[in-house]
Amino acid sequence: MATKTKAKKKIKEVEGIRTALNGNDSVAEALRQIDPDVVAAYPITPQTELMHKFADFVSNGQVITKFVLVESEHSAMSCVIRASAAGCRCATATSANGLALMWEMVYIAASLRLPIVMAVVNRALSGPINIHCDHSDSMGARDSGWIQLFSENCQEAYDNTIQAVRIAENPNVLLPVMVTLDGFILSHTTEVLETLPDEAVKEFIGEYEPDYYLLNPDHPITVGPLDLPDYYFEHKRQQVEAMEAAPAVITEVAAQFEQLTGRHYEFIERYRMDDAKVAVVVLGSTAGTAKAVVDMLRDEGEPVGMIKMRMFRPFPVDEMVDALSGLDAVAVFDKSASFGAMGGPVYLEILAALRGKEIPMTSCIYGLGGRDMTPGLFRPVFEDLLAGNVEPRVRYVGVRE
Amino acid sequence: MSKLKGWKDVPRGGMIVKAGSAEDYETGSWRTFKPLYNEENCIQCLRCWIYCPDSAILIEDGKVVGMDLVHCKGCGICAHECPAKPVAITMERETEPAE
Repeated sequence: MATKTKAKKKIKEVEGIRTALNGNDSVAEALRQIDPDVVAAYPITPQTELMHKFADFVSNGQVITKFVLVESEHSAMSCVIRASAAGCRCATATSANGLALMWEMVYIAASLRLPIVMAVVNRALSGPINIHCDHSDSMGARDSGWIQLFSENCQEAYDNTIQAVRIAENPNVLLPVMVTLDGFILSHTTEVLETLPDEAVKEFIGEYEPDYYLLNPDHPITVGPLDLPDYYFEHKRQQVEAMEAAPAVITEVAAQFEQLTGRHYEFIERYRMDDAKVAVVVLGSTAGTAKAVVDMLRDEGEPVGMIKMRMFRPFPVDEMVDALSGLDAVAVFDKSASFGAMGGPVYLEILAALRGKEIPMTSCIYGLGGRDMTPGLFRPVFEDLLAGNVEPRVRYVGVRE
Repeated sequence: MSKLKGWKDVPRGGMIVKAGSAEDYETGSWRTFKPLYNEENCIQCLRCWIYCPDSAILIEDGKVVGMDLVHCKGCGICAHECPAKPVAITMERETEPAE
């Protein structure tokens, strides 16, 4: 969501480097500049090349990172958890069933309050086996306690990864951060972006200085002990508090990142929403398509707009309610299904956020297993919204009946 | 049981920041049977001390002086292993059975 600030002149502290990279290489480049202490990863399409690229950096001696080759994603997360608890700055990456395989450890990373950064190259969860983009993987981890930032394009994937380190390591937060990018659509597609000079990234993220860490003989600690019913609840409540502190930190980091790069980031992006009567809500690369459709319809005189969610966890309640207030109809696009629920995950959260406010809304499940979401598929939804039609409650956009 | 901390006071992420903190936990509150130590019958063989899983047999100058009832869980292994005749440790029901 690199929006241009039209009113004031962009003040860039640092000259960016204009380049062309695909999503995987963009994140790998960010990781190279972050130069984590430990990375442990296991290959899975479409993440594989991200870590291949990073492994090249390791073997070329371009980073100091200790790269641990593990036998599964569960081991990858276990490894970075232990390294992080030991006092290392850590990162990893995965997709779909890889994320699913590390499921128990993902929860543990968050509950141990470890500032791990993980790129999730969104891919559909099996079965049937499908290697293409949908959000079922990261949506499946929405209760895990990780902060989740969705990227619209390669620039955002790069920028979010760098900001993630600062967000995660902030003493008021100390939660792991998941940066998502759409599988194949972003990961394997070359886009133009601006990267930062190495020194600028190094200075932006600073040193990792944990207050408590295992490799400190002067102050021994135990990490991950047993809790009984008399204490588990208090630890979880504490974790809730950390997540509540995150939005302020995410905003602060974004403000500093903007001073560095001129690129502006918020929890959500409002595209042509000022005088919009209807809108769609989308996450990830679909926002690019949605913006093009909004532009087309606006040229036809239609009062339409788009809201893109960058921050999904924690859920930006106030911003979302504010953005949707006064609209005649809204379609929330979910690139994942929640079987048995009354709509897609994002739709349900927005419904809860609105809490009684009457805004006609429909849940659009789309793009499962990488099914293409085209302008042609967006159009009928916008037409329905403009006609005030939000029935049925859930629709499946792009499926063959 | 010692006073329990609220969520604002527990160390972050459940980590234990003080070494040896297990000693603060009153596992003795889990007991239903309590060991009764009879010093007269005790032959000071220290078998109870060897077998106790909780290090709850108190020793002074190499002799048994009693039980650490703060930590003793009332497993009865000490009474079971005591070779003295008559036996120096018996187990007594500490709580009333539930109705």
